[in-house]
Amino acid sequence: MSNTFTAKIWVLGDDIDTDIILPTEYLAMKSVEEMKPYAFSPLRPELAGLIKPGDMIVAGKNFGCGSSREQAPEVVKALGISCVVAKSYARIFFRNAINNGLLLIENPDLYDEVTEGDSAEVTPGKEILYKGKKYEIASLPDNLLEILEAGGLVKAMRKRNGLS
Amino acid sequence: MGQTLIEKVIGRKVGKDVKPGDIVTVPVDWCMVDDIMAPFAISKFEEMGFKKVWDPDKVVLIYDHFLPASQVDDSRHFRVADEFADKYGIKNVHRTDGICHQLMTEAGYVGPGDIAFGTDSHTVTYGCVGAFSTGIGYTEMAGILGTGSLWIKVPETIRVNVEGKLADNVTSKDLILRIIGDLTASGATYMSLEFGGSTIDDMTIASRMTMANMAVEAGAKCGIFKPDEKTCDYCNVEYTDDIKSLKADEDAKYYKVLNYKAEDIVPVLACPSLVDNIKPVSEYKGTKVDQVFLGSCTNGRLEDLHAAAEVLKGKHVAPYVNMIVTPASRKIYRQALADGTLEILSDAGAIITTPGCGLCCGRSGGILSDNEVVVATNNRNFLGRMGTSKVKIFLASPKTAAATALAGTIQSI
Repeated sequence: MSNTFTAKIWVLGDDIDTDIILPTEYLAMKSVEEMKPYAFSPLRPELAGLIKPGDMIVAGKNFGCGSSREQAPEVVKALGISCVVAKSYARIFFRNAINNGLLLIENPDLYDEVTEGDSAEVTPGKEILYKGKKYEIASLPDNLLEILEAGGLVKAMRKRNGLS
Repeated sequence: MGQTLIEKVIGRKVGKDVKPGDIVTVPVDWCMVDDIMAPFAISKFEEMGFKKVWDPDKVVLIYDHFLPASQVDDSRHFRVADEFADKYGIKNVHRTDGICHQLMTEAGYVGPGDIAFGTDSHTVTYGCVGAFSTGIGYTEMAGILGTGSLWIKVPETIRVNVEGKLADNVTSKDLILRIIGDLTASGATYMSLEFGGSTIDDMTIASRMTMANMAVEAGAKCGIFKPDEKTCDYCNVEYTDDIKSLKADEDAKYYKVLNYKAEDIVPVLACPSLVDNIKPVSEYKGTKVDQVFLGSCTNGRLEDLHAAAEVLKGKHVAPYVNMIVTPASRKIYRQALADGTLEILSDAGAIITTPGCGLCCGRSGGILSDNEVVVATNNRNFLGRMGTSKVKIFLASPKTAAATALAGTIQSI
């Protein structure tokens, strides 16, 4: 969790709900790969096609509010998003993201200061460096780190069941 | 130190006192898997390598979002879930009986003090009977199916006191919308909303259900009501000392306390496209509407249909309005059929559909198009939720919805 990476920033707003992240009509597709082009389509239909693996999302408060659809964090991860930095997260989305190994970072200030298209340097559990300014970020609780370190909840359960 | 209701409910299950911030593993009394999420939860369950379901009698599978099917692949979800139920001995399978959140208490599963998780965010609804229930993703559900337990963080509690009598043109929907407006869509994130006061004590379980259902729209982990005699009647259980003990202590510690006078609550709307964008109905009075939707796990109960029938009896909705009525369950549908409510609504020009989630989640049964306006009794008015992203969705009470359908423009009664 201490590997620093640099990522291009996409900026979204407050209260980005799960119906924006992936509308209900695409939830029954058989794979997350098929869902990818429709991510964020009600708000920015072009966005999914522009995101490159390794990019990051910076957003305002309450990111991921709404439904329990786990396809939402899965599709964000499938697009190659390296991390989401938001002022706050909705709780179900937060749990689902951790369970799927999508890194979520809470920071109260970055959103108010970033410009889309810029890059930032992220050191998980420690800080974000943007335009020479450091934004401190907190570490996750131990039980969540365990799930992340196992590579998500499925792998943690496989280990529990004596499988590789 | 005193405890809040959710602390009592969780502590009773884990056998020790808990406080906000504690991370505890709780035993699960009930888990609910809906048709959208079933194939995903099942494939994760298999990937995790479990050989059996921890307790098949505590698992409830409910087909509601995709019934009747609107897309050619929808029936795969029922098939996959049916096969899973057969393989692992799950007998609680509801096909066409109604919306999951209505059935979980109505069909006698979740009762006071229980802990329940479901693969849908409106699982918070069962707080109406004093249960701790909340929505989770399908991977966590797969873990529960194998282990019967889940870790949770004990939430802080926001206490909401409401005293007095609601006006005749106001329902518990107006009250919860007002509360969400005041808290904002993230104001109760990770927290428990605990409702109390004389207005709440006087409410039917159905009205409490509407409020618990929408707790998640303020970000809450749960919305919970102290179980009382009415609760026990509804759940068909005895009002024991154990159940009586499920109440907040007088010296409970709250993150915040909100106090309302029922007389101050007026008919309101959640305006496009945020659930916390709350305005009095009077501000939009006269706005022309294309469709009115009465239904969903928020407001598809018998008292909601009765409220609409009272407004529409012997009258007809505006000629250009599609009024769609969706009872929340087969039981409610049959009750409304037997007591003449459906006849009144049908005579008034309403389309009455089979119980289900289709229109509320924007999948079937009345999808809207650009620039159309809908007044709806469900719980979300997110961008694109009931059709295109240019549909204007106003959330309202059943009374406001019926008055609006009649006039063809936004009105309260």
